[in-house]
Amino acid sequence: MMGRRTEASVALRHSDTDDRPPGVANPLPSPMSATLTHASDCSATDLAAAGISVRFQGLAAISEVDLTVRRGEVLGLIGPNGAGKTTLVNCLTGHQRPSEGRILLGQMDITGWSPQKFRRAGVARTFQSGRLFKDMTVLENVETTAVGLGRSRRAAAREAMDALDWLGVADSAERLAGVLPYTDERRVAIARALVVPPEYLLLDEPAAGMSDSECDELLGFVNEIPGRYGCGVLLIEHNMRVVMNSCSRIVVLDGGRRIAEGTPEAVQKEPGVISAYLGEG
Amino acid sequence: MITFLQNVLDALSLGSLYALTALGIGLIFGVLKLINFAHGDFITFGAYALIIPSSADVAQVLVGGWSWELLIPTVCIAVIAIALASDYLVFRPLRGASPPTLMAASFALSYVIQNAIMVIYGARPKSVNLWPVLGDQTHVGPLTIPNLNLVTIAVTLALMVGMTIVLRRTSVGIQMRAAAEDFRMARYLGVRADLVIGLAFVISGALAAVAALLLVAQTGSLTQTMGQPIALFAFIATVVGGMGSLAGAVVGGFVIGAIVIMFQAYLPPDLRAFRDAFAFAFVILVLVAKPSGLLRAKGLVERV
Repeated sequence: MMGRRTEASVALRHSDTDDRPPGVANPLPSPMSATLTHASDCSATDLAAAGISVRFQGLAAISEVDLTVRRGEVLGLIGPNGAGKTTLVNCLTGHQRPSEGRILLGQMDITGWSPQKFRRAGVARTFQSGRLFKDMTVLENVETTAVGLGRSRRAAAREAMDALDWLGVADSAERLAGVLPYTDERRVAIARALVVPPEYLLLDEPAAGMSDSECDELLGFVNEIPGRYGCGVLLIEHNMRVVMNSCSRIVVLDGGRRIAEGTPEAVQKEPGVISAYLGEG
Repeated sequence: MITFLQNVLDALSLGSLYALTALGIGLIFGVLKLINFAHGDFITFGAYALIIPSSADVAQVLVGGWSWELLIPTVCIAVIAIALASDYLVFRPLRGASPPTLMAASFALSYVIQNAIMVIYGARPKSVNLWPVLGDQTHVGPLTIPNLNLVTIAVTLALMVGMTIVLRRTSVGIQMRAAAEDFRMARYLGVRADLVIGLAFVISGALAAVAALLLVAQTGSLTQTMGQPIALFAFIATVVGGMGSLAGAVVGGFVIGAIVIMFQAYLPPDLRAFRDAFAFAFVILVLVAKPSGLLRAKGLVERV
């Protein structure tokens, strides 16, 4: 299990009071800029969204959002439905080109890269709908990634099996992915994203539709990912309870804007967060 | 009983031809969502590759006179070349276009190939005597089996087994199946699009070449439209089997072959001329009962 972060960088910040001038080269808030400039620090390879906006035909899905995922942590991204969480994740994984702002991997500007280039650079994700290859076996689903990323057939099979084994679905390796129960499907999707370990793993509501106990079991795995694979995890959820127990830091989105960031305890006390979750209508 | 067994062998033989063609169409559909109506013209092209290009009435065989070890690869290469050229010149510029656009383009390509063959070889049918030994018959007990039927069934089974091994065991095969099921997802996971698409056209071309040779051996004649009826039946086979499923394409091919032969054999004699109408009526029944085909194409069905 990861220890909770206690540095100053977890202090709350309100992006809607952000008054930085437009066009500033590095729009990251100061604690994060500080870590970025320490080139020797391992956080020099942070995955960051800097001032990201996405508009669909003039309608803003997300507006000027900043977010940094660090290796070794589980960062929670929460917000009510329609807050823009998936859009932000799409931007961070190359599935959506931001209308404004940049995506940075360390010092490298990777805005506009294709999704497959993001994956090769070490940014992996899962999808809300799972999107397994239903006509292929569970093992083959995971192997596809490993082979696609350049592993030999033999190495791909071995690494795929390791990932399935760790996630407790090795018994289903030879079953067709289309017949798996929902909870196993989610685990296979995570295995598929984790094989040939990425530096960052973005999980889009992996626990959606699960019972509390299934959800807790899945989060047990999520919490172990940073320690085991050395990657940073961005966990998207709309259920507060889920992220409160497993994330060292939380970013809250509402209406496409970042309304809070900090430790779970601090975020929970934020009036903006409380009203976003409870006070609407 | 003996007649029935003969009919079964005929059905398997015709089904083999449809299955080979349906697999070629299904593979391209899976990877590109392209319903390639020019596949039948790939078959025609493969057949014409046997003779020297000329508009003379009497065909001069060139490749068609070679020994089979040389003939088969040569025809395969010719058809693979036209398949890859079609991709490069027609379908690649249309990547990302909608499936109806791609289908219209394949119709256009089909007519271009047909007319090009007519310009070069003339409009008259030509006769070609390929592998006369296949016209002989083998007697197995009370059964009389045309050698061609045996070869067709054996070649098809061998190709199916070979393709299954490639698709299941090799690294490129796994990538291909992933791409056939969900191309965007496969691409995201690192599967190389150009490799998979190129290979799909290579395999599809080779299958068309084999179908062409079996067809010429059977009919002994060449026409510019010879590949089209097979491609039509094969296309229907992919729909019946379940569009998007490779196994479905093969099953569909054999089902259509069986239907056609059995109607031919067991319809009252007066109605046999309308065999195809009955066959298609059966197809409509299948589709009404199972709109997504006999083998559900899982990749195309949204889960709730």
